[in-house]
Amino acid sequence: MSAIEGIARTNFAYLDEQTKRMIRRAILKAIAIPGYQVPFASREMPMPYGWGTGGVQVTAAIIGPEDRLKVIDQGADDTTNAVSIRAFFEKVANVAVTTHTRDATIIQTRHRIPEAPLSEGQVLVYQVPIPEPLRFLEPRETETRMMHALEEYGLMHVKLYEDIARNGHIATTYAYPVQVAGRYVMDPSPIPKFDNPKMDRSPALQLFGAGREKRIYAVPPFTEVKSLDFEDHPFTIQRFDKPCALCGSTHSYLDEVVLDDRGGRMFVCSDTDFCEERREAGHVGPLGVPA
Amino acid sequence: MTAEQPLLKVSNLSRFYGGRIGCLDVSFDLWPGEVLAIVGESGSGKTTLLNCVSSRLQAQAGRVEYRMRDGRLRALSDMGEAERRFLMRTDWGFVHQNPADGLRMTVSAGANVGERLMAVGARHYGHIRETAVDWLQRVEINTDRVDDPPRAFSGGMRQRLQIARNLVTAPRLVFMDEPTGGLDVSVQARLLDLLRGLVSDLGLAVILVTHDLAVARLLSHRMMVMKDGRVIEAGLTDRVLDDPREPYTQLLVSSILQV
Repeated sequence: MSAIEGIARTNFAYLDEQTKRMIRRAILKAIAIPGYQVPFASREMPMPYGWGTGGVQVTAAIIGPEDRLKVIDQGADDTTNAVSIRAFFEKVANVAVTTHTRDATIIQTRHRIPEAPLSEGQVLVYQVPIPEPLRFLEPRETETRMMHALEEYGLMHVKLYEDIARNGHIATTYAYPVQVAGRYVMDPSPIPKFDNPKMDRSPALQLFGAGREKRIYAVPPFTEVKSLDFEDHPFTIQRFDKPCALCGSTHSYLDEVVLDDRGGRMFVCSDTDFCEERREAGHVGPLGVPA
Repeated sequence: MTAEQPLLKVSNLSRFYGGRIGCLDVSFDLWPGEVLAIVGESGSGKTTLLNCVSSRLQAQAGRVEYRMRDGRLRALSDMGEAERRFLMRTDWGFVHQNPADGLRMTVSAGANVGERLMAVGARHYGHIRETAVDWLQRVEINTDRVDDPPRAFSGGMRQRLQIARNLVTAPRLVFMDEPTGGLDVSVQARLLDLLRGLVSDLGLAVILVTHDLAVARLLSHRMMVMKDGRVIEAGLTDRVLDDPREPYTQLLVSSILQV
């Protein structure tokens, strides 16, 4: 054991310093051009593509020994992906971790924005599978880049038009396209559209990393983020007709949990930290038990 | 048709494919409301010329100038890419031979017609749909098909939909590449009827590429005959077809199948 000490050790936060500088340069450029997808030399990470390799690289590039990291997957701190990535950074960067949104300086997330309002100085790192909002409408990368460059976004509305024509309303419920700072149309990653309003003028810095697609983009603090819509079909968020079964919250995003094979189910907050804090503060839902 | 200034001025346009000639030293003017047919056998450079004029293909020599809505004549090569593309989706139209090249096959007919409107900033679903339905009627497509994708349409319907999609922004110049190719004769006849009506109602200027002299005779006022990348004869359609001067044109005209 002592023989290999000093030889086979990874650098702080796994990536070597040159790579981190390269990623930081991409991040700086992304912040300078809100919503623009900056190409970067994505590295192989010790996890498969699709598990958050982009987010992990962004986090690795910005994390320091003083940071406190929170990782969530679909809002939960205790799911496989979140637990593994948290453990990964504990091991390779030896940083403090937390599950409390308010205590964290960096929050890496997949598919959600925490319910608790973020504050200045916090960084939200999104894991992004497909960064190009126009991808399923226009398969050619050369063409989509040109469309971004020339601000040709009529096609994005064609998609929303199709939604209304088929379903009578805009049926896109996640990865709902947004326009950032009045310029670039951006895929907010597969967060529910419920979370879109939280991106608008958020005091926190929002960074997006797509490892397989090798793109980084960003929304700087206090930047306007507008969800696309039609004048006669304005953007709306999901509403739930029941409160959270555990904490009774009526203004959070709920997950459906199947309880048995006789149709029993309950709806609970997808943000586990938010739900726990409410229960600790004495809120009780229909199926909850007082703390 | 008797406007004083040409809508489009093409001068000495050339395009090569390596050492081969695509089109060579082509010049012509097009006046507002005029239909110009470019005819010739396949490989004669008709489509190359059309693509060069419509700036879908870069010409290696020559100039294309277009009179903008403000009355100024501007060279396409002096415009930025953004301006050129804006022109292409507002003031111009392009009807492809194969409707699949000009349509979005996976989205509904209504969205196909509405796309250009949305591209120039229309953001009211109700209005966009109304316009789309109106245009479907004008090209004789049943309005209950507005939510069907073009994949569910016949060849003739697709071509009519492509025409509606191009005309919805009231363009002044439309390029057509064999618009009736691959359609059977009765469908072709109805499409030609429709095109002729639309062209005269809207006062469109059209550059029409076709190898079908009958189509050219029906639709066009003026005609250019191409061979090996060069324009060998040009003139009023009736004159060229009834009194062809060049031996090749005579051959072309005499090759029409008489039924």
